[in-house]
Amino acid sequence: MSGNGASSSSLNMISGEDVVNNNLTALVVDDSPLLRLLHDIHLKKYGLKVQVAENGKVAVDLFHLGASFDLVLMDKEMPVMNGVEATKELRAMGVTSMIVGVTSKDGPGEQQAFMEAGLDYCFEKPLTPEIISILLEELNKHNKKD
Amino acid sequence: MDLIQLQRQLVDYRTSLYHEGFLDEQFTQLQSLQDENNPDFVVEVVSLFFEDSERLLNELSKALEQQIIDFKRMDAQVHQLKGSSSSIGAHRVQKLCIVFRNYCEAHNVEGCLKCLQQVKHEYGIIKTKLESMFQLEQQILNAGGSIPV
Repeated sequence: MSGNGASSSSLNMISGEDVVNNNLTALVVDDSPLLRLLHDIHLKKYGLKVQVAENGKVAVDLFHLGASFDLVLMDKEMPVMNGVEATKELRAMGVTSMIVGVTSKDGPGEQQAFMEAGLDYCFEKPLTPEIISILLEELNKHNKKD
Repeated sequence: MDLIQLQRQLVDYRTSLYHEGFLDEQFTQLQSLQDENNPDFVVEVVSLFFEDSERLLNELSKALEQQIIDFKRMDAQVHQLKGSSSSIGAHRVQKLCIVFRNYCEAHNVEGCLKCLQQVKHEYGIIKTKLESMFQLEQQILNAGGSIPV
């Protein structure tokens, strides 16, 4: 599952299932401290180990330094390096993490352009518990196949 | 006021915030993330919202005082405010930000000025209401009670 550009509608909607996993790691990339905290706590509730980065460049640098994450939540609009650029760079580096874009509720083309950068999925922010559950189900399935 | 009355007052107050459109379901999501591991989560997130908003409203005011207005930068700032207000469920503020962004895009100074005043007004209201709600919650805790869901 790496940069195949799947849309959010292609996910199986397994709602209502709690997925608690102590082996998964996540990177939350967002310039908003509020969103970083929100997604950080949200993912930790599901047992993930979470790191945060305040822009795309910090995220890319982490990967350059050898860090790896199962899941990357990537905000689109950030200073220094935005989500589109960061996603392109990560995919060019060969990063196969699940990269999920998070965008605001405006601009019909906003999600499409972001998906084309190499996202696996793209959702409006903030992510809901249902969406996070579904993403973790997908991650767990992907890890079982490997 | 006894504990039961305080708890009832809190429930009624919270209900009114949703009913009057000040808060939406995102605030409920926020509350669901608070637990014994993160007992002050809602207050922490809302405090970040207050800090973010005040900084951004200040910057927007200054931007609109300039001779040459940087609409692109203003749009980015309103976008941030929209994001954080949406994340805590501050519904009215979020809705006004959408309108504000349209005026930024149209380079409409009058529209931006009007929107800024409206956003400041709505932000002031939601800040007061959330602070009152937190005070009520603290009174309940101080009286040895628990916060009703």
